[in-house]
Amino acid sequence: MKPSRSAFLSWIYDPKIRGIIAQVVTLVVLGLLVGWLAHNAVTNLAARGIASGFDFLNDPAGFGILQTLIPYTESDTYARVFVIGLLNTLLVSALGIVAATILGFIMGVARLSKNALVSALATVYIETFRNIPPLLQIFFWYFAVLQAMPSPRQSLGWFDAVFLNIRGLYLPRPIPTEAVTAFVVAVVLAFALWWVIARWAKRRQDETGQPFPVFWTGLGLVVLLPYLASLVFGSPFTWELPQLRGFNFVGGWVMIPELVALWVALSIYTSAFIAEIVRAGILAVPHGQTEAAMALGLTPQQRLRLVILPQAMRVIIPPLTSQYLNLTKNSSLAAAIGYPDLVGLFAGTVLNQTGQAIETIAMAMAVYLTISIMISLFMNWYNKRMALVER
Amino acid sequence: MKQKTLLAAVGAALTVAAVAPAQAGETMDAIKARGEIRCGVSDGLPGFSYTDEKGVVRGIDADFCRALAAAVFGDANKVKFTPLTAKERFTALQSGEIDVLSRNTTWTMSRDTGMGMVFPAAVVYYDGQGFLVNKKLGVKSAKELDGATVCIQAGTTTELNLADYFRANKMKYTPITYDKSDESAKGLEAGRCDVLTSDQSQLYAQRIKMANPDQYVVLPEVISKEPLGPVVRPGDHEWFSTVRWTHYAMLIAEELGVTAKNVDEMKQSSNPEVRRLLGVDADFGKAIGLPRDWAYQVIKQVGNYGESFERNVGKGSPLKIERGLNALWTQGGLQYAPPIR
Ligand SMILES: N[C@@H](CCC(=O)N[C@@H](CS)C(=O)NCC(=O)O)C(=O)O
Repeated sequence: MKPSRSAFLSWIYDPKIRGIIAQVVTLVVLGLLVGWLAHNAVTNLAARGIASGFDFLNDPAGFGILQTLIPYTESDTYARVFVIGLLNTLLVSALGIVAATILGFIMGVARLSKNALVSALATVYIETFRNIPPLLQIFFWYFAVLQAMPSPRQSLGWFDAVFLNIRGLYLPRPIPTEAVTAFVVAVVLAFALWWVIARWAKRRQDETGQPFPVFWTGLGLVVLLPYLASLVFGSPFTWELPQLRGFNFVGGWVMIPELVALWVALSIYTSAFIAEIVRAGILAVPHGQTEAAMALGLTPQQRLRLVILPQAMRVIIPPLTSQYLNLTKNSSLAAAIGYPDLVGLFAGTVLNQTGQAIETIAMAMAVYLTISIMISLFMNWYNKRMALVER
Repeated sequence: MKQKTLLAAVGAALTVAAVAPAQAGETMDAIKARGEIRCGVSDGLPGFSYTDEKGVVRGIDADFCRALAAAVFGDANKVKFTPLTAKERFTALQSGEIDVLSRNTTWTMSRDTGMGMVFPAAVVYYDGQGFLVNKKLGVKSAKELDGATVCIQAGTTTELNLADYFRANKMKYTPITYDKSDESAKGLEAGRCDVLTSDQSQLYAQRIKMANPDQYVVLPEVISKEPLGPVVRPGDHEWFSTVRWTHYAMLIAEELGVTAKNVDEMKQSSNPEVRRLLGVDADFGKAIGLPRDWAYQVIKQVGNYGESFERNVGKGSPLKIERGLNALWTQGGLQYAPPIR
């Protein structure tokens, strides 16, 4: 035994320290590799006469874009085009996630229904839409449904305010007036009250077992308060109505068919997967739980809502997260029907107009990575919260 | 399709990141070693490049690829065609997936300078942008298009010209930007857009693809200059010159009256220009690594410029496009080749 030497070297045998060293070495090697690739790329690009760097982002784009959620003209920069593409991707993904979740839960529960017809219909729905490639579904909704729509001059119209034709669904656009502040305050107040009532109702039920119709009360508040506010302070909005002028409707707010087709296709496709996840989650809850709930005299709806689903959620959420990620990534199929999403617009048109493949693709990849990580983080957080409810 | 673009782009990124810079003669050496030319064409544009019922790629752009193969290998069939959308085409060339892009591509300064590509000054077709509308709209001029919805193809000069034109004329429009010309055509047919805009020649090509071509008219305005021609990567002078002079040889052949039919007799001609073109008296191919009879093979197997034009887009084709700007300079057109000497 030579204590002095072993004390000096003992850290080598400490698994924790070894772990850290391994991590640091990996990081350095990775950094060097990336640096080498970047350096090589810049030199080779220069040798091949291809511009590099991100200066192009300040150049004017010079082309028009179908749907922009922020103001845009042709003289705006490629950087702004990037933001527009990003917002369009986020818009269709968010809409898709909401719709796919609702549809998926309905179909998943329906497939387990005791009613043979309902369950058979749900099975057909799931098996059909799960097995048709999303691109085909997008084309179907776009070209098949589009073809059936009337031309602008033969639009279907309702109350001279809502119009449907091949160019999209035209809705009145709200333009805020001075009374809008009171309106917004009323809305916020209504939701705050809803939350307070929900807490109070929960405590009361925990203590006395008395249920309280929280949802309907809340909904009533959200409708009533803003209505009262607009009675007192005047209408919070004036409405800009779409009008047929020349070739097209102008004014109002338009939902373009590209967005609708993409939204419907992605929602239905993903909902088929979510339905299966929901079904698996519900089946994972032991039957004893249902029996116990029945023994307590809960109605079938209450059983599902209060006993089965909360427990099933713990099984459902992790795979649900990957479906949300899939939907977001599948939204890049948008380019096929001309919806200006990030990939079509930025990694497509901008790449092509500038020729700067590495920069544009890297930016697009960074975005998808960030969105994915953010959805994952959120779902992890939510999952933890759900898991804690366990007793 | 999307995945293909992405893959191509990522591929380009990686090749560019990992591979050494281009060497002189690199492309030509690779072509000869491989035994065929990889040629990027459009994925379905009658008259320019499209696949016919027998699976043969036809059109003026496709024939130019064949002419290159005839010049290099003495065999016009040694071509591998790669169909590309407008958006995919430049990455495919930059990354080395193809040797030459012959896909109705407009020669512009930015494409010729900062993008790792060069145009060998061979304009196979002088074009300009136009508009195709449904007759039902009753529009007679592009100036009446204020407020119109317009179908275009992504990643083209068309997108930019359109924006310029409407801005210059203080008009508004809604662009619908598709990846493929088939989709733009469908968009117009379905009524998603009022107008389809593209290079004029391509409007005629698009029109014959429609279910009811007579329902559509091309408006008189031409709003841009679109010199269409092949593109290569810079750095290989032999290949660059081969592409350039193959086009010029086809022009000179037309000018001198040398055709696929009479080229063998013409070898006996006493005209020194003809003798130089066909490599009878002197060997102009040697300097760029081509066989002595390179131009003879081009003319014998593919024909002169006029023959290719008439067969693919002119009188001998369903498009029936007039020579117009594409007539030889001696006939009042713009097609003009420097002399072989
Ligand atoms: N000459 C223009 C436009 C070229 C272009 O791509 N035109 C379309 C419009 S018809 C086309 O050829 N499409 C055929 C295809 O997608 O295969 C350019 O170089 O940007």
